[in-house]
Amino acid sequence: MTLLMGAVAYDPKTVTIWTGFRSWLTTHGLPFDFVLYSHYERQVEDLVAGRIHAAWNSPLAWIRAGRLAAAEGVRLHPVVARDTDRDLRSVVVVRSEAPYHRPGDLKGESVAVGAVDSPQATLIPLSLLRSEGLRPGDDIEILGHDVGVGLHGDHVGGERDAVRALMSGRAAAACLLDANHLLFGKEGTLPPGSTRILAETAPYDHCVMAVNDSAPASITERFGELLLGMSPDDPEVRRLFDLEGLNVWVHGRTEGFAALEAAVGEVGFYDAAGRVTAEGYRP
Amino acid sequence: MNRPAGAPAAVDLAHLGFDQGAHLLVQRVLSGLRPGEPLEVTGNHPALVTHLRAWCRGRGHLVQPGGDRDTPVRAVIVRGPAGLDRWAGARRAGGPSPHEIVRNPEPGWGLAARGALVEDGAPAPGFDLAERDLVWADIAPKLYAHAASAQWDPAVAVPWDAAFELPAAVEEAVVQVMTYLVENEQAALVVPARLLARIHPHFREVVQLLAVQAADEARHVEVFTRRALLKTGRLGTSSAGGRASLTTLLAEPDFALASFLLSVLGEGSFLNLLAFLERHAPDPVTRTVVRLAHQDEARHVAFGVAHLQHQASVDPGLRGRLRGAVERRHDVLRDTAGLNQDVLDSLVVLAAGSWDPAAVARGHAQVGELLTTMDHARQRLLIRLGFPADEAAELSALHTRNFM
Ligand SMILES: [Fe+2]
Ligand SMILES: [Fe+2]
Repeated sequence: MTLLMGAVAYDPKTVTIWTGFRSWLTTHGLPFDFVLYSHYERQVEDLVAGRIHAAWNSPLAWIRAGRLAAAEGVRLHPVVARDTDRDLRSVVVVRSEAPYHRPGDLKGESVAVGAVDSPQATLIPLSLLRSEGLRPGDDIEILGHDVGVGLHGDHVGGERDAVRALMSGRAAAACLLDANHLLFGKEGTLPPGSTRILAETAPYDHCVMAVNDSAPASITERFGELLLGMSPDDPEVRRLFDLEGLNVWVHGRTEGFAALEAAVGEVGFYDAAGRVTAEGYRP
Repeated sequence: MNRPAGAPAAVDLAHLGFDQGAHLLVQRVLSGLRPGEPLEVTGNHPALVTHLRAWCRGRGHLVQPGGDRDTPVRAVIVRGPAGLDRWAGARRAGGPSPHEIVRNPEPGWGLAARGALVEDGAPAPGFDLAERDLVWADIAPKLYAHAASAQWDPAVAVPWDAAFELPAAVEEAVVQVMTYLVENEQAALVVPARLLARIHPHFREVVQLLAVQAADEARHVEVFTRRALLKTGRLGTSSAGGRASLTTLLAEPDFALASFLLSVLGEGSFLNLLAFLERHAPDPVTRTVVRLAHQDEARHVAFGVAHLQHQASVDPGLRGRLRGAVERRHDVLRDTAGLNQDVLDSLVVLAAGSWDPAAVARGHAQVGELLTTMDHARQRLLIRLGFPADEAAELSALHTRNFM
């Protein structure tokens, strides 16, 4: 039987990546096929409905899948994740010379965030600011940058726009992933020394390969074993890893999603049964 | 990295940030560590720990907190395995010197510099001339160096402004010969250019030599065209037979056979033709352009001969194939006219220098001698490739009447 996996086409390279994985998995004895979705919401619905066996999920997609599954009496589990998706942090940055020294100083100001469905550039950092006593919409004005809505923040454009809003003075602070703060510094979007990190979140996990437990264990177990056994010593594997941005596959874990679970609850992005309830979210 | 035995490796970044190249200092020390070994990082950039964690995450290194507040260590990196694995299977693509070329370079080395440490896994570009004995000659590096140093500038090497006026018929003969030379030079440009694009870059000196050879021909095309147009602004004729002969050169896909037909037999004959034209040139511009081309052509012939001598020494069947190529080409061209009659007549006019019947007879005889000289020269080249004298004479006689 063929294992059918869903992935979201956030970039044309997803075709190259999953075609490469398909060929590697097939030659290693696992019949494998993939379907590409234009956004995460349909992928999650299809995973829980059993139309696909596995889904390469964003962390937000994992949260929703969990809620939908619980409501339907379906069980899911995380098989593998990229090593590079563990222990990410988001940062809230301000211009270096700005008079803000702790998050509370932002009261009454505008804060630039990424897309409405971005865990790293919107949901998790706003949850941090909330815990510091700043209610978005009341104590701080939120400037959203909806690039690639439905891609759950996979498109880096929203974060780039957020830091541009910061540098142009339209926002007093910007929220983004730690690695993108480094990236924007290296590529020159942020001149060296132009920003200061005002706050940093606790570590959290990012994408995860979710499997519907009603899929035949013979193929889902083999899928996990093969992925975990992929070694970058193999030039073909290394090419795929470089494209997909990992050094090695690691076992999936759920602890790293607690912060996002809380953030989703705070804004009611999904309801307890996994229905989309976020205001103005149209993937 | 001098440090006391047992002390962990350390790097101090001072105020340097990761957005200003701090990773270079970290990478430099990390690359000397084994997987699992720690590296203590100190520095005072405000975003150091945040950026260090993000940088290390992407490369598979762990980061631990720096410990208590009274040590300056901001973080400790634990080296991950990824960097080691990436180069674990990497090998050198031969060595940089021409003495370190390999017989069969790997297709996957592709465009890598010879001698570079090559990471596996890139697609192979598909250079099909990828065997040393098919393309190499030990003299190639030397010939390339010579070719590079002998490049002349058409704008200054030729006395374009020299004052001269030729009788109309003589000028017309020059124009006709130049027109013929241009089409031959164009063939001589295209053939090495096509071949060099198929040669594995491991044999870089051969690729370089052929590239300069193509550039030589580009200059020949230029100066012959310019001389043709100098006085009348018009070109001469191009015969179907001449172009048929040149087309057979373009159609030859085998490197050895193509360079045999072009560089040994064709350009070999051209050496005599250009020397003849230099001797009988009626004006300083014509004399200079053919002399300059002659210098370059001598190199082209030298490489063709050297490379075929090398190949013949390792492949006893080569001479049979060379012979077959000459015979096949002869058969294809049997029913074509060969050399443009206008060109032949022009050569006679140039050698005669006037319409005096005695001068024409002398010119005619000199062109006859040119054909004999070309034939003998081709036979000598064939003998250098190891053909017995009688076979050399036979093959030389089958060479195209178009000279190239
Ligand atoms: Fe030439
Ligand atoms: Fe030539």
